[in-house]
Amino acid sequence: MKEYSQEIRALTMRWVRRLSREKFSMLFTLVQPMLFWLIFFGNLFQRAADIQVTQSSSYISFLTAGVVVMTVLNNGLAGGVDLLFDKENGFLERLMSTPIHRTSVILSRFIFVTTITSLQVLVILGVAWLFGVQPVTGLAGVATILLIGMMFGVGLTAISMAMAFSVKSHGDFFSVLGFLSLPMIFLSSALVPLAAMPGWMGFLAQFNPMTWAIDAVRPLILQGWAEALPHVGMVIGVMVLFDAICLYGGARAFRRAIG
Amino acid sequence: MSRPVAIDVSHLGKTYDKVRAVDDLSFQVYTGEIFGLLGPNGAGKSTTLRILITLLNPTSGSARIFGLDSVKDADRVRQTIGYVPQERAIDRFLTGREHLELLADLYHLSTEDATRRIPQLLQLVELEQQADRPAKTYSGGMKRKLDIACGLLPDPKVLFLDEPTLGLDVQSRLRIWDHVRAMRERGITVVMTTNYLDEADQLCDRIAIIDGGRIKALGAPNELKVGLGGDLVSLTVREEDRVEKLAAAVRDLPAIRAVTTKPNGLDIRVDSPEKALPAILEAANRLTCQLEFIDYHRPRLDDVFIAHTGRSIKDDQPKAEDS
Repeated sequence: MKEYSQEIRALTMRWVRRLSREKFSMLFTLVQPMLFWLIFFGNLFQRAADIQVTQSSSYISFLTAGVVVMTVLNNGLAGGVDLLFDKENGFLERLMSTPIHRTSVILSRFIFVTTITSLQVLVILGVAWLFGVQPVTGLAGVATILLIGMMFGVGLTAISMAMAFSVKSHGDFFSVLGFLSLPMIFLSSALVPLAAMPGWMGFLAQFNPMTWAIDAVRPLILQGWAEALPHVGMVIGVMVLFDAICLYGGARAFRRAIG
Repeated sequence: MSRPVAIDVSHLGKTYDKVRAVDDLSFQVYTGEIFGLLGPNGAGKSTTLRILITLLNPTSGSARIFGLDSVKDADRVRQTIGYVPQERAIDRFLTGREHLELLADLYHLSTEDATRRIPQLLQLVELEQQADRPAKTYSGGMKRKLDIACGLLPDPKVLFLDEPTLGLDVQSRLRIWDHVRAMRERGITVVMTTNYLDEADQLCDRIAIIDGGRIKALGAPNELKVGLGGDLVSLTVREEDRVEKLAAAVRDLPAIRAVTTKPNGLDIRVDSPEKALPAILEAANRLTCQLEFIDYHRPRLDDVFIAHTGRSIKDDQPKAEDS
């Protein structure tokens, strides 16, 4: 157990170090969702978006939940990238030739991605707060948002790692990533409520796990516990299932690649 | 000759998607020697190496490292060995020292052991000056030295090197060879793959020539060369019509093993060049047969490779895929 924690601490610190060495990339990773979506998109559509449709006092306040979950989505889907590079340049082999527990590398990645994502979610909520968006459920609500984000993020990161271990080249990986990310956002309640979507898009968006996550986060920010709880209960159930499927797939891909 | 065995490979086989990458391989590596797996790309040497370091499970047969099975006792094997993968296997964003610190934790060294060993290793591979610079600023030779330091960190009984000098300049290669020899001095058993004949020849105590997943020849480079049958003397004769006459005369000389004629000269296998060369020259003189060119060489590993695999190792060098 002591050895296990020693390994995981060291491997997690490696991800942190890498991030801190890539200051430029770190800045963009952290700032991009806030800048693009929350500040630009949120303010741009402030008047174009109908408050009757979004059912909220401003478009930014409506959009905040969407940007939080989008950040989780993007970080999760990109969570396997570094392992992909490790696999391609042989560093993964070097790690696996040491007497570490077979799960340590993956676990360190989950810890890292989850932590970074949570910090980013906090910053987004902070920026939204500057634009007058205050989560009505307070700190407990923020904690619940983080929990939902973590649960969604674990499944997504598992998908990303499974892809990293399965693809033949990193070109394939990035094509699939690019193909997945935007449709997932547009076919969810991130930018527009389902009711206001064209029928077929709204229909598809119902099946998007992102929609469920957003539908639980949004009332935590805008409405209050009474409206939020049923959604939160629902999304936790859904995410347990989602994570179980993703982790199972991820574990299989990992065993195929390593075992 | 019974020497203590470090690695015992027995009827090892590995099949990927119905392709036999390694086919019924058996050999032993003795404690304290430098053992080379020599072969062209795709011959199966990397597959063999990856089975030995527990990263691949064999389809059939077994590999034991100091009596530990590479599959059943994988975790204990990993504690016994060090591994130096091909050059790019480093994290460009970490410094040299951070690489060693990371691996120290993965080998579960105590903080005291790590702080004692890491500076020693940096000194050993002459990387102290650059230890705190990110690895992306390192030259190929420096990366290789860092690789070696990483491989030595666990204080292994066996060190596995995968193509240790691939793509390095001549000076760095010689330096790496020195390091590998120094490891042998320290009692470490070294197993390395290479597709450089001169490297196998000069560095390895024994080599296994692998081609098509099978061992074609096994032994000390010198044994293999002697096994081919004598040193080679090649004569180029000025007057081509005298070749036959000269051949007849040479065949009766002492210390001559075999004579083959070419249109413009002779290839002569000799037992002892000291005796044979003067006699050959004298015979040529006697027959007033003018020699244009004399080439004498000991059998090179090149010749051994061709003799056992039917082709030169350089024939398919450009193939990038190595399994």
